Amino acid sequence: MAALNIKQGSSSHSAYDLRDFHSEVESSHTLAVIVDNEAGVLARVIGLFSGRGYNIDSLTVAEIDHKGHRSRITIVTRGTMAVIDQIKAQLGRIVPVHEVIDLTIESQPVERELALFKVAGTGDKRIEALRLAEIFRANVVDSTLESFVFEMTGTSEKIDAFAELMRPLGLIDVARTGVAALPRGL
Amino acid sequence: MSRQMTGAKMVVQALKDHGVDTIFGYPGGAVLPIYDEIFQQNDVKHILVRHEQAAVHMAEGYARSTGKPGCVLVTSGPGATNAVTGLTDALLDSIPLVVFSGQVPTFMIGTDGFQEADTIGITRPCTKHNWLVKDTEKLAETIHQAFHVATTGRPGPVLIDLPKDVQFATGTYTEPKTARVDHYQPRVKASIEQINDLVALIEKAERPIFYTGGGVINSGPGASQLLRELVDATGFPITSTLMGLGAYPASGKNWLGMLGMHGLYEANLAMHGCDLMINLGARFDDRITGRISDFSPDSFKVHVDIDASSINKVITVNLPIVGDVGHVLEDVLKVWKARGRKVNKEGLAKWWKQIAEWQAVNCLAYEQKGKSIKPQYALQRLEALTKGMDRYITTEVGQHQMWAAQFLGFEAPNRWMTSGGLGTMGYGFPASIGVQMAHPDALVINVAGEASWLMNMQEMGTATQFRAPVKQFILNNERLGMVRQWQELLHGERYSHSWSESLPDFVKLAESFGWKGIRCENPDDLDEAIKEMLAYDGPVLFDCLVEKHENCFPMIPSGKPHNEMLLAADAEAFKEGATLV
Ligand SMILES: Cc1cc2nc3c(=O)[nH]c(=O)nc-3n(C[C@H](O)[C@H](O)[C@H](O)COP(=O)(O)OP(=O)(O)OC[C@H]3O[C@@H](n4cnc5c(N)ncnc54)[C@H](O)[C@@H]3O)c2cc1C
Ligand SMILES: Cc1ncc(C[n+]2csc(CCOP(=O)(O)OP(=O)(O)O)c2C)c(N)n1
Repeated sequence: MAALNIKQGSSSHSAYDLRDFHSEVESSHTLAVIVDNEAGVLARVIGLFSGRGYNIDSLTVAEIDHKGHRSRITIVTRGTMAVIDQIKAQLGRIVPVHEVIDLTIESQPVERELALFKVAGTGDKRIEALRLAEIFRANVVDSTLESFVFEMTGTSEKIDAFAELMRPLGLIDVARTGVAALPRGL
Repeated sequence: MSRQMTGAKMVVQALKDHGVDTIFGYPGGAVLPIYDEIFQQNDVKHILVRHEQAAVHMAEGYARSTGKPGCVLVTSGPGATNAVTGLTDALLDSIPLVVFSGQVPTFMIGTDGFQEADTIGITRPCTKHNWLVKDTEKLAETIHQAFHVATTGRPGPVLIDLPKDVQFATGTYTEPKTARVDHYQPRVKASIEQINDLVALIEKAERPIFYTGGGVINSGPGASQLLRELVDATGFPITSTLMGLGAYPASGKNWLGMLGMHGLYEANLAMHGCDLMINLGARFDDRITGRISDFSPDSFKVHVDIDASSINKVITVNLPIVGDVGHVLEDVLKVWKARGRKVNKEGLAKWWKQIAEWQAVNCLAYEQKGKSIKPQYALQRLEALTKGMDRYITTEVGQHQMWAAQFLGFEAPNRWMTSGGLGTMGYGFPASIGVQMAHPDALVINVAGEASWLMNMQEMGTATQFRAPVKQFILNNERLGMVRQWQELLHGERYSHSWSESLPDFVKLAESFGWKGIRCENPDDLDEAIKEMLAYDGPVLFDCLVEKHENCFPMIPSGKPHNEMLLAADAEAFKEGATLV
């Protein structure tokens, strides 16, 4: 429509402008979903992801406002821009969902995970594990003569890296909370 | 004002307070307290169905033909699971329903109690929202919220699961107006910038088209009125999906007919060739778009939808507008008039000339020759003989459904009830009963295929019992016609299980339920037979024996673009091509 002089794929006043929908590039997005803490709400959110074939890389949930019965679900998901927008719109229409915030779009969010690592070993390996833990600022929260449990908070990448280093040193178990995230600044 | 009463009484009280006059249901152990309350009052009429799936379809017919939510009551376990197809159907077609299901007592939940099913889990993906009420104190508030959610924003079915002890216990009943509904309030108005953008497009477009859908019907009769005003004032052509038929009158001068897989040639080519597409409350269903990459390649696309998730789901649009069709149309009309009612007259004249050429192809042409009745002819005669009557049409699913959409004209919204999204065979008959319950004096006809019709034929008893004079117009080709057509065109004419064997004698069947049965197989007798059906003051089963191998055209084979539509004349050549693959 030449006469109209409006660029394909954009609209000057929409909430959807500026982004390239046709892009096939997948990116990771961290979404904060504020929900009524009522029975089944997590099942609804998870059911949406499985039912429509979206990815979940990480999911955490806990009540954040006891009086108001609000919970915050933090989801790390992947997809093209079009898919991410669909996920947000689909989440937004779940009745007990109050707000869906795309932290990745709005800012570079602060993202942290807590992880526990059980590492078993003696001798040099044990010493090396302890040394690396110090470098990574992991705390020892349990120890026996043959094992440690390290506690660490950090980005998912940092936790992955630590796990990789611990593997040859006797890593036998890992527990991770998944990502909690907040936007930076005000 | 709040009052103490049992949970069971609250259900009935809330129905009254929400103006519900009819509920479709079937009793069982887990809902007996509610049935006891129904027994002791006369405000809410209960229609006893013969199968819970049918209760939900009846409620859908009731809802679609009135604009009010349909209500259903079923027992726990099998009662609730039987309702699942109906719920899914209503979800896909955006039909507001409030369904009550019984549940085992709260203290038995999770023990595999008698007739226990995880109804909330099972119906979570097929309802807009659902609630398990564990405390009678919360029941009234929950029911009020349920009505709000079902009817607000994009309408849909909701379900309330009611453990039996919650029905027996006493609690406080609160009135609907005190219910908290603030947090679920979808946006209905568009921004003024969006309206201005749309008006600017309307002023300049050379080859515009309105593509309207079920959302216009959902928005209410006011939206249809505004649509007519805008279409007629701008002179733009308009097409509609299966779900939106009647929003703009079929007799209107700008009407191009239905679009999509079995839509009209002119409608599909106009969609393909337009430069401005204004989608009002339609969702770019795959029956519409064909191959996505070739869908209307050169157009600027505007999409007005109340559900943000419908926008950019399938087709990326240029101007997305989240809002209610009625509100948006009102604002567009206001601004467009204020700016001087401009359109691109020259462009439009050329566009209509082009459209007239497409219309001249006469894509619905068929020949009524020989001794057997063509299904298209049967519908044309039905149309002619019911013209001007206070008429409601429901359909089953298959070829007959598409022919009904092509050959029957709808002049008003809420007159056409069909299962579009889920395509549920067995929908039409119960839906027709639901419509008739809402409009006791109207003419309600279900255009059916024999195979679909058999899927809920048990409801004959319901129609007899509740004196619903529904007309079942069966286009009997003794085939699962739509399946047969695909097998002919796409599966090398291997007709695997696509015929209707061991059919009943429909006339005798009708009589056994106290209905009138009519059989017609000769085109010359058709008019008289239809008149006999229309004149009969009671339910009629009309067995119209039609040509067995008629195919429904036009047809856009799945995955093909609009401009590769098959017309009847192309079918043979296509078949040869298809069998080669
Ligand atoms: C055998 C068979 C063949 C079919 N062939 C065709 C065919 O050829 N052509 C055809 O058109 N269909 C066909 N269908 C139907 C098809 O499958 C879809 O059901 C139909 O096209 C969807 O219609 P719609 O886009 O109007 O959306 P609907 O399902 O009616 O959805 C309505 C849309 O409007 C929105 N909405 C709701 N309320 C409002 C409001 N107040 N304001 C704004 N927006 C609102 C909703 O969010 C939704 O996006 C066929 C079905 C069957 C079973
Ligand atoms: C419950 C259900 N099962 C299967 C189908 C697949 N299906 C679509 S159309 C059709 C044949 C319908 O036959 P009939 O009702 O006789 O109508 P006709 O196509 O012959 O007009 C079938 C089996 C469906 N839509 N619904």
